[in-house]
Order: sequence, then structure tokens, then C-alpha cells
Amino acid sequence: MSSEFLGRALIVVPAWNEEAAVGETVREILDSVPNADVLVVDDGSTDLTAEAAKAAGALVLELPFNLGVGGAMRAGFRYAVRHGYDAAVQVDADGQHNPAEVPDLLAKLHEADIVIGARFAEKGDYQVRGPRKWAMVVLSKVLSWVAKTRLTDTTSGFKATGKRALPLFAENYPVEYLGDTIESLVIAVRAGCTITQVPAHMRPRRAGTPSHSPWKSTVYLGRAGFALLLALIRRWDVSVRASTPRVPTPTATVERGAA
Amino acid sequence: MSAYVVAIIGSILILLGIMELLRRRQLSEKYAVLWLVVGVLLLILTIFPGLLGTVSVAAGIEVPSNLLFFTAIVFLIGVALHLSWELSRLEDETRKLAEDLAILRLDVEEQGKRLRSPKDSGH
Ligand SMILES: Nc1nc2c(ncn2[C@@H]2O[C@H](COP(=O)(O)OP(=O)(O)O)[C@@H](O)[C@H]2O)c(=O)[nH]1
Ligand SMILES: [Mg+2]
Repeated sequence: MSSEFLGRALIVVPAWNEEAAVGETVREILDSVPNADVLVVDDGSTDLTAEAAKAAGALVLELPFNLGVGGAMRAGFRYAVRHGYDAAVQVDADGQHNPAEVPDLLAKLHEADIVIGARFAEKGDYQVRGPRKWAMVVLSKVLSWVAKTRLTDTTSGFKATGKRALPLFAENYPVEYLGDTIESLVIAVRAGCTITQVPAHMRPRRAGTPSHSPWKSTVYLGRAGFALLLALIRRWDVSVRASTPRVPTPTATVERGAA
Repeated sequence: MSAYVVAIIGSILILLGIMELLRRRQLSEKYAVLWLVVGVLLLILTIFPGLLGTVSVAAGIEVPSNLLFFTAIVFLIGVALHLSWELSRLEDETRKLAEDLAILRLDVEEQGKRLRSPKDSGH
């Protein structure tokens, strides 16, 4: 892991009603990855998430209504492609992903197109039990087989996406429930991208409540299975060459006009 | 006998059609489950026509086809209601998009004006 990432990175933070946590998360990211830009995607929050993120120094995309994590991330990928970033990293607003580990993920982008920050139970406080745990184990087994590499935590949101996969995700990132973790990996493999993982520590969330409550875990098992099945039977005519055309952004035009 | 074969082929075609729509990503996950269940039930009822009679007897309905009509009508009313609800939500979302777009357009125009006029640009 001696190689350092030299391109421009965009840290995308999906946030939904996270006013209590997002500010500190943004400040922490800016401290740990000083030369990256932070883009918070405020997904129709009803609290002061956008204000807190702006005050902390992030760029903020305010969606007019809730699009879900997948929709928010796709907005982030589109922003990254349009503004010529070399990589995008998802970091959750609740502080569960440690920004200090972002450089590890970025450094690994030399070896693969997508790097997953895999949560290993023995290395942090992150614990899951019951049906959700079984679902995660089976998903990891199947997706490891699909990706032809050992992946131990395929439902992790902590992911770095390199330059080759960015246009693919800007166009095709799944917006359905669980699609952002399971189906996105399948799409990437189908398009010829490579996937790898680095160990990551999972921290307890900083404030607020998780969107998944324990009693939903059995439903989660069923839906995860169905999402996986769908991902595997769906036809993806994709290749990493398929890209969103880079259009001049309004800001770029204005700057030229002013010069 | 040939009607039986035609019915089975028809049901299989419907199921295949649903699968193909799914595979081409023309159906999102939430509708996929619904139509897959319908397709499979249809196929089961066609393969075992006696099943409908057994269920109607259990439900206390004299003419088996009435059970089929009744469930079909209830199901279709449910689907229509759900689609109306989705449509209303979509309409509301498009409106919000149009409103936000108008606000953005004004913001961009104002910014452009400020940059063009030399009077205001000195700040
Ligand atoms: N954009 C967006 N973000 C969301 C939504 N739901 C949850 N999040 C964010 O996704 C991250 C993970 O959510 P969390 O509830 O902690 O899920 P968990 O960590 O998988 O249990 C947090 O940063 C949330 O703010 C949503 O509907 N839209
Ligand atoms: Mg979380």
C-alpha cells in the first residue's frame, strides 16, 4: 500500500435527516483527506442537514424529494463525471465509516476499479445477528464467485470507485432497495471492472437512528435474496466505455465569459 | 384436451413475458414480485384445473369460475388504486422538479447578469 492516490477525489456523503452527525463527519473527512472535495447529497431531509453540511465546508446537493441511497449516490457519480474527478468514495453521514481509512481505499484503486472497505467483526464494534447476518454471508459468497475474487462484506456502503467505473455508475447505478450494494457490484463485473477490498473498521453511529431497525431483518433477508436473484438474471449490456457525455457546466461557462 | 394444452402454453408465455420484461429492466423490483406471483398462480391453476373447484368448495362458492372472477376483480381494483397513488406521487414530484428548475434558472440568470455588468462586479 505504498502507492499514493494522486488524482482528484470526490467524497460523496449520502445523508437523510442527519443534522446531528453530518457536520462533524464532513470536518473529519476534510481533516483526513485534505485535497479531496466533499459532496453531501441531502436527500429531501426535513431537518437542517444541508445547513450543517454547508457550515462544515461541504458542497451540498439538495434533492427536492427522497430518492434513496442509490439515487443520491448516482447524483454524486454524475457530479463527479461532469466535473472530471478521478475517483469517488462513499462515506456515510452517520460517522460509521472512518474517514482516516479513505486514503487506504484510494491507494488500492491502482489495483482495481472498485475498492470495498470491508467491515470485519473482530476489528470493530460492528455486529450483526440473525437473518441479516446470514443474508450478508450468503451474499458475500455468491458475489465473490461472480467477481472471481474473495469479498467478505458486500453490503458495505464504504466504497471507492475509480475513473473507469465512474461513467458506468453515473449512468447505471441501481436505485432500488439494496441495489446500491448488491446489484452495483454485479453491474461492475458485467462491465468488465475489477473489485477488491481493504479491511475497514466500523464505528458506532454518531447520532440519530439507523434506517434499518432489528425487526426488519427477516424482511431484509427475503429482499436481499430477491435483489441478488434479480441482479443475476437481469441483462446488462454495459461496458466501461459507455459514458455520460461531459457537458460544459454552467459555472465553467460563466468563468470563461467573465475572463 | 387441446384447450388444456393451449391454456398451459398461454400461461407459460405470460410468465416468460414477465421474466423477459424483468430481465430487460423494464419492470422495477416492487412490481416484479407482484407480477411474478400472478404469473406463477396462473400457471398452477392452468396445470391443475381441479384446484379451483376444491378451493371454491372450501370457500363456499358454488360456481368455481365465480371465485376466479371475484379474485380477479379485487386484485385489479387493488392494482388500479395502487397505480393512481403512484401517479399522484409522480405528479407531485414532477411539479417540484419544475419549481426547482425555475428557481435555478433565475439564480443562474441573476449570477450571469452580475458578472456581466461592471458596476456590480467590484466587490
Ligand atoms: N441520500 C440518502 N441517504 C440515506 C437514506 N437513508 C439513509 N441514508 C444515509 O445512508 C447512510 C447509512 O444509513 P444507516 O441508516 O446508518 O444504514 P446502515 O449503516 O446500513 O445501518 C447514512 O449516512 C444515512 O444518512 C436515504 O433515503 N437517502
Ligand atoms: Mg449507518
